[in-house]
Amino acid sequence: MAHMKYFYELTISSSPHVHGPVTTQTIMRDVLIALAPALLGSVYFFGFRALVMTLVSAAACVFFEWAYCKLMKKDCKVYDMSAVVTGVLLSFVCPVTIPYWMLIIGDFFAIIIVKMLFGGIGRNLVNPALAGRAFLFSWPVAMSTWVAVGYENAFGIFDSVTVDTVTAATPMGIMHQGSMEGIRISDLFFGNIGGCIGETSALLLLIGLAYLLIRRVITVRIPLAYIGTVALLAFLFPQGGNDRFAWMAAQVFGGGLMLGAIFMATDYVTSPVTHLGQIIYGIGCGVLTILIRYFGGYSEGVSYAILIMNCCAVLLDRLGSPKKFGAPKKEVSGR
Amino acid sequence: MGFSFFGGIHPKENKHYAQEAPIQEFPEPDVLVIPLSQHIGTPCNPLVKKGDRVLVGQKLGDNEGLCVPVHSSVSGTVKGVEMKAHTNGMTMMSVVIENDHLKQWDTSVQPRSRETVAAMSIQELMDIIREAGIVGMGGATFPTHVKLASGANKVNTLIINASECEPYIVADDRLCRECSGEIISGIQILMRILGLQTAVIAMEDNKPEAAKILKRTLNPKGGISLELLPTKYPHGAEKQLIYAITGRQVPSGGLPVDVRCAVVNIATCKAIHDAVYEGKPLTHRVVTVSGDIVMAPKNLLVPIGTSFNDLMEAVGVRENPYKVLSGGPMMGVTQYDLSVPVVKGTNAVTFLGRKNRYTVSHAQCIRCGKCIEVCPMQLMPLTMYQAAFSGNTQEMRDSNLMDCIECGCCAYSCPACVPLVLAFRSGKHHLRSEKKK
Repeated sequence: MAHMKYFYELTISSSPHVHGPVTTQTIMRDVLIALAPALLGSVYFFGFRALVMTLVSAAACVFFEWAYCKLMKKDCKVYDMSAVVTGVLLSFVCPVTIPYWMLIIGDFFAIIIVKMLFGGIGRNLVNPALAGRAFLFSWPVAMSTWVAVGYENAFGIFDSVTVDTVTAATPMGIMHQGSMEGIRISDLFFGNIGGCIGETSALLLLIGLAYLLIRRVITVRIPLAYIGTVALLAFLFPQGGNDRFAWMAAQVFGGGLMLGAIFMATDYVTSPVTHLGQIIYGIGCGVLTILIRYFGGYSEGVSYAILIMNCCAVLLDRLGSPKKFGAPKKEVSGR
Repeated sequence: MGFSFFGGIHPKENKHYAQEAPIQEFPEPDVLVIPLSQHIGTPCNPLVKKGDRVLVGQKLGDNEGLCVPVHSSVSGTVKGVEMKAHTNGMTMMSVVIENDHLKQWDTSVQPRSRETVAAMSIQELMDIIREAGIVGMGGATFPTHVKLASGANKVNTLIINASECEPYIVADDRLCRECSGEIISGIQILMRILGLQTAVIAMEDNKPEAAKILKRTLNPKGGISLELLPTKYPHGAEKQLIYAITGRQVPSGGLPVDVRCAVVNIATCKAIHDAVYEGKPLTHRVVTVSGDIVMAPKNLLVPIGTSFNDLMEAVGVRENPYKVLSGGPMMGVTQYDLSVPVVKGTNAVTFLGRKNRYTVSHAQCIRCGKCIEVCPMQLMPLTMYQAAFSGNTQEMRDSNLMDCIECGCCAYSCPACVPLVLAFRSGKHHLRSEKKK
């Protein structure tokens, strides 16, 4: 029987039998590509230590995920590169002066506690990188020691950076006092300011946004709702008698808003999946950010705003369930 | 007109494999297996027994109720009436016929003149369609006469489905190019039965040649128009097609007739013409035999009952097939036994190579929401998956699992390769068996 040889080799499966080009890995790769301009910017503004920090953090995250899977005898999915993204993002939200060991502890918290203990990729409740940052605030001084731009060569790659190093107030710190003294919007836009290594240049982050949108990794809903809300509230309620437009621009381009709105709030796992849910989520992030910036003890509110909204993601999806095709009026899809 | 349904995807069309291959008559095989159920509804009871001589077009089985007869596609001897593998993955009572290659037609097969047909009543036409064993040839295989009977006096829009949105498949495309006259005449019979002055042929715009030829044929005749839709999968899905043409949404759990529409596949129109004017029952159909490992992709006019093995030999494959599908890659059914026969609903046999493999172990949803973006039924596949996975009946119902049309857009787009459609099928099966209890 000439046909018999095929008999046992045929694969039986449910349709569809073809798959699109997008996989978890290509998505994570695209996110990393989108982060590349900001990484280059961080090297330009803060020196090579920024690059080394990012590499160390990414490597630590990959190692922790791999080691956890090995230790717990779980299926290892570290090749999906999501751990790399977490590592890069965590280093991006740290000041360049942070000691490496501290960064690695942050990575440990992000990957092991926040991600793997909740079941690994797709299961975590909050964004691992932001949770890692929040954890690192156990060392508040190290996490809020800012160096002035132009002193990037004041410390080497292997220097143990101490608090005595040249410090400077960030624009967010100044604005927290209701002042805009010495703040130039163009500096905020291009990134010529103090701050966490990945967050300073709005321009470079917007280039990343454009890439993510073109590759359809994310939609514009969350970033637009988020940034739009911050802009609107800042415009309506400028502080310290400042000019509305200047205040609004400073609130939008300053601090971690761009990094947060483009790369953190859009994290698939911890944000809503429905269109309406995403918009409400973005608005919620914006409102909380402004509230924390205006009334909080700390000058920046992006990371906590996102962490809080992360917890509402599933609820917002229930609110935003689409109306199914052919549904009678009022009945909605999903739960 | 020209509504765009929500979601949808653009898989690689791969129509070029067989698009330019004219329809060839397939050399008749020596042995044919003709299942007694090739439609949705009651299976036929056999009318022949082992040792009987049968002629082309002779009835092999029939039954009461929601049923259409099946006919012999060759002349020869009945070798047995037994259980045989069917393309739906089960076994089915089938008539095995040894072909004598004489092509002797049954005496019941007599052509009718235009005048005779014009004088016929609507009931007579419907009887011809039933007796010819005609079912929806796009794959659904619902008996056409039942659809027409339920649509009479209710339907105001007749849509002829020539969208053919599945990758690789070009059988309807070729049929439009080569048999446009017969198709139009079949549509006119449908219009007469439904009492309509107009009909719309819906076609995706990736078939410009077929569209040109149809338009040329249409011009002198009245009432029938051609609507070109932008290429997007799944335009051929009934509910999405109705929406694209009329903007009407078939209600959840409802039928096209609920929004005064009837959708008929274009190959079915050709079969209706053949039945009415030539007196021929549905014994042959055009099958696209294609796939990325096929050496010479073809469109073949195949006698129903021909085995997939015979088709594979006719086109040749470059490597051992990874999957053999009855249908296209988006909704086709994998076969484990290539002795299965071509049936009335087989519009394509697709041979896929190993490079199409994409499954992963322990797939984990990353909540990217891409499944929601592409679902043409505007459902939430990720919620449905959780529900189906949990096995909780109430949760499954709440997630609108039963509204899923299993088009596969979600699973195609899922970056984590979660087996969504598989889970939905088993979930729906669970809900159906729960309902029966």
